[in-house]
Amino acid sequence: MNYELRVNPIACAGHGVCAELLPEIIELDPWGYPVVMSAGVPHGLVEHAKRAAAACPTLALLVEKINSEPPVTRRG
Amino acid sequence: MTALALAAHRPAELRLPRVLAGISHYDVASLGDHEERYGPLPSWGQSGRRRPGRLIDVVDASGLTGRGGAGFPTGRKLRSVAAGPGASVVVANGAEGEPASCKDRLLLTRLPHLVLDGITLAAHAVRARSAYLCVHGQETELLGALADALAERRALDLDPVPIQLRGIPGRYVASEQSAIVQYLNGGPAKPTFSPPRPHQRGVRGRPTLVNNVETLAHLALIARFGDRWFRAAGLPSAPGTALATVSGAVRRPGVYEIELGTPAGQVVMMAGGPAERPAALLVGGYFGAWLPAGPGWPVPMCHAALKAAGGAMGAGIVVVLPVSSCGLAETARVIRYLAGQNAGQCGPCMFGLPALADAMADLAYQGGRGRAVERVATLAGLVDGRGACRHPDGAAQLVRSALRAFAADALRHDQRGPCPGAARAPLLPVPGAGGRDWA
Repeated sequence: MNYELRVNPIACAGHGVCAELLPEIIELDPWGYPVVMSAGVPHGLVEHAKRAAAACPTLALLVEKINSEPPVTRRG
Repeated sequence: MTALALAAHRPAELRLPRVLAGISHYDVASLGDHEERYGPLPSWGQSGRRRPGRLIDVVDASGLTGRGGAGFPTGRKLRSVAAGPGASVVVANGAEGEPASCKDRLLLTRLPHLVLDGITLAAHAVRARSAYLCVHGQETELLGALADALAERRALDLDPVPIQLRGIPGRYVASEQSAIVQYLNGGPAKPTFSPPRPHQRGVRGRPTLVNNVETLAHLALIARFGDRWFRAAGLPSAPGTALATVSGAVRRPGVYEIELGTPAGQVVMMAGGPAERPAALLVGGYFGAWLPAGPGWPVPMCHAALKAAGGAMGAGIVVVLPVSSCGLAETARVIRYLAGQNAGQCGPCMFGLPALADAMADLAYQGGRGRAVERVATLAGLVDGRGACRHPDGAAQLVRSALRAFAADALRHDQRGPCPGAARAPLLPVPGAGGRDWA
C-alpha cells in the first residue's frame, strides 16, 4: 500500500508540529507553513507520517492511500 | 417558416463572427432579435432522438472546452455531472474576475439570450432542477437588464428550469468555481479545499456544473448547428472560436472573436495592429504569461501551445506592451494587486504573495544590488502550488514569465536601478482593493 502526504492549506495554521515529527519529508517555509518535499511517503516512514497527521492541531495534514506508485511531485 | 428564413438560421460553415454575429453596436439583442437570427431554442428532449445524453454526445464531439480559463472539455464535464446521483445544479459564471477581460460582460450586456439558451440546454443535458446565473453584485445595471431578459423568456415559458440571478462579490478569487459554490451555499465567496469538486458535491451538496457564460453561448450554437459546424473553425485539436479581449498599445482595443489556433500576432492585427513598437504580449491575463513580441507573435492562441510557451490561454486576453513601458513595473503592480486579492485562507498565499510583491517592487523600482532577481525567483517557487486554489500558482507563472521575457531588463534593473519606462503611466488595469467584501 502506498501513501501520499497532502496539506489542507486552508486548515493549516502553521503550528509546525508536522515538520518536527516528520523532518525527513516536511520542511517549514519562511512563514512557518509546511512544504512537503516529496508527496509519496517512503514505506519506512508511513507510521511516522500517520502519527504526524494525528498530532496536527488543526488536522490539516492528510495521509492518503494511493493506488499507483507515487510519482507525484506537486508540493502541498 | 420559409426556406429563406431557415437558411438564415444556418450560417455558412466558416463565417465569422459566430457568437458575436448578432451584436448590435448600440443596443441589447431582444428575444425577438435573437430568435429572428437563430430560430427558436432547439427542443432537445422532446423526442427520443434528442434525449439529454444526445446533446452531451454532440458537445463531446464538438470538442468544446471551457472558455473561462481552465479549458476543461465541456462534454466531459457535462457527462460527469449528469452521471452524479439525483438532481443536479447548473451555475453559469458571468462574474468576470480578470481586470483585462471584458468579453463575458459584452456577451451578457449585448447577447444575453445566447447565454440563457446555453443555461437551459445545459440544465436539460444534466437533468438539473435549478440553475443560477452569477455576475458581480455591484453591477446593478447588468443585473437589471438580465432580470428583464429573463422576464421576457418567462412569459413564453422558454426555460423549464428557472434561472435564478445572483450577484456575487467582486473580488478576483470570488469567481473561482468552488468559491461561487460556497457563496451559493450561504458561505463566503472563497475557494474551498478539494476534493470534493463542484461536479461531485456542489450547490446544496448536489452534483454541480459550473461553466463560464461564453462556454454556454457556444453550447447554444452547437445545439443548433451541430458539432461538425463547430469544428469548421479552429484547429482539429482545439476547435471552434473564442472571444479575445485585446488591449494595451493597439489601435482598436476591444473584444474580437478568433478561431482557436490563430497566432497571437494576428489577433493583435485584428485589433488594428500595434500603436507603438511592441516589446511583449501579455497572453492569458494575470494568470497568464509575458511573451517577448518577436517569439510571441506566431504562438497559436490555444491551450496546448500557450502552455508549451510557459503561459496559459486563460480567458483569451492579449495585452500589447510597448517598448516605452516597463514590463517589470507592470508585473510588480499586478502582483501587488493579486497579493491584495488573496482570500486570507492559506498561509503560503497570505504571506508569500505580499513578499513576492515586495520583491517584484524592489526589482522594478529600486534595483536590488544584484540580488532582487534571485529573490523574486525563489519566492515564486515557494508559493507555487501551495494554495487551495490556483491563485498563488497563477501569480508565480506570471512572475516567472516576466523574468524570462524581460531577462536583460531585469538584470539592468537589479544592478543599475529602474529604467525610464518604470515611471510611465500604468498600462495594465489594476482595480482598487474592493474592500473586504466576501459575502
